[in-house]
Amino acid sequence: MNETPNLNPHAGADSTGRVLSEAEFKARSRRSFLTGLGGIAAAGLGWRWVQGRPESDNIPDVLRSAHELNEDIWRGLFREGAMAPTFDFEESSMLRVNGRHGIREELDMDTWQLTVLDVDGTELGVHSLDDLRGLPQEETIVEHKCVEGWSHVVAWGGPTFATFLDTWYPEKANHEFVGLSTPDGDFNVGLEMPAMLHPQTLLALDLQREPLSDEHGAPVRLSTPLKYGTKNIKRIGTIQFSDTRPENDYWTVRGYDWYAAL
Amino acid sequence: MTERIAVEKHRRGNRWMHWLNFPLLTVMIWSGLRIYWADLRDPNVLGIGSWEVFTFFPDFINEPLGLERRLARGMAFHFSFGWLFLINGLFFAIYLSRTKGWRNFVPNRSDFRNIGPLLLHEIGLRKEAPPQGKYNIMQQLSYAGVLIMGFLAIVSGFAIYKPTQLSLLTTLMGGYESARFIHWLVTIGFLAFFVIHLLQVARAGFGNFWSMVTGYELIEVESLDGITTSADETTTDHAADDDKTEVPA
Repeated sequence: MNETPNLNPHAGADSTGRVLSEAEFKARSRRSFLTGLGGIAAAGLGWRWVQGRPESDNIPDVLRSAHELNEDIWRGLFREGAMAPTFDFEESSMLRVNGRHGIREELDMDTWQLTVLDVDGTELGVHSLDDLRGLPQEETIVEHKCVEGWSHVVAWGGPTFATFLDTWYPEKANHEFVGLSTPDGDFNVGLEMPAMLHPQTLLALDLQREPLSDEHGAPVRLSTPLKYGTKNIKRIGTIQFSDTRPENDYWTVRGYDWYAAL
Repeated sequence: MTERIAVEKHRRGNRWMHWLNFPLLTVMIWSGLRIYWADLRDPNVLGIGSWEVFTFFPDFINEPLGLERRLARGMAFHFSFGWLFLINGLFFAIYLSRTKGWRNFVPNRSDFRNIGPLLLHEIGLRKEAPPQGKYNIMQQLSYAGVLIMGFLAIVSGFAIYKPTQLSLLTTLMGGYESARFIHWLVTIGFLAFFVIHLLQVARAGFGNFWSMVTGYELIEVESLDGITTSADETTTDHAADDDKTEVPA
């Protein structure tokens, strides 16, 4: 019984103790060599195939499909009760300004209003800043995360989107998606309703307990620790309900994942 | 008169999963570095105090590898190939536990005692290599280490990927920033392992390298008597495998 380990200096705990004659080893070497070459060729061709695929929103379509598969997985696993960790105000500080998409023109508070549109584009209502200030205000102190990799603990203040919806459009919670745009229409995001209704998703009016500055998205922006900063749209002009995934999402068109969920 | 026979060294499952890891990990590290490149305001630096030896990474590495301004593609590759890396790792873990192969990587007390003699042997001051199991202590430490790093890479990866949905995991990793740093350290660990591994393999010679391809290594024996019998004594084989062969008597 113990002959095999003595014979084979390489026998390990998982050894089967198999032995080949030299001729069999040579035949096996040839086969293995061809298998290895085949494997290298398959890997090389597979790599070129991925890179050469037609693009879907700026990335190879197979990678776009992988993003969508991931979205299916994580939307399936989504837990409404999962909360982003919260922090003390002392741990938070002012956020850096990282993008001016959709807010390049100066904010004109005389003309700004928050317009709410139905699925077919008909206007459901118009709101002022006072409307939003009049709703119950929440504060969430969470880590804001950018696709670039950085994160920053900030204090957001404002009504939750759930409160906003419940107050004026309770019957609209059945729609699957929400699209949000800046007043100039240059920056658009789409989010699924469960993320919008999460208790940590705010129509933020305050940052670090001060009204939002223009460059941080005054008078109202979206803040949600369920998504990367790419979805935290500044200076919201319109909110539209949708039963299909809004396809004009700014960063999705530029190669990023539509779901972008944390 | 000696005869040459080939003895099994690496089982089929180990070989396949080992080689699959190479391209998968390459894609993961390359795409991961594209993500890392996207924010270099506070790069990781190797150094002591204010003495900075190396900043990760200089332009002469970033440029030729195409790491610059490719964040969207970096994320797309990372979050798709990550599943393949995870699946390969899970299969490997199951395989190692079912074949008992994991025991080859776990050093016992005598393996640790042999560190000194082994090092003396390696630098030529000791003629005989100390006794060892399948792997010597240096191999055991590096292979066990890389398996642990694989586990850490996956756990810290999920902690960064879904810090809200999997916030418990992120907290276990010491928070988001800490999980990111662990993930980055493991990446550097993989790169270091790769260099050490290549050096060890180069030192061990072609027969050793080739056995990771074929599964077998040629050895010299005094006589072929009795070898057929020992080859028949396969007692612990669970995996279906068709390469069971006997030496003709």
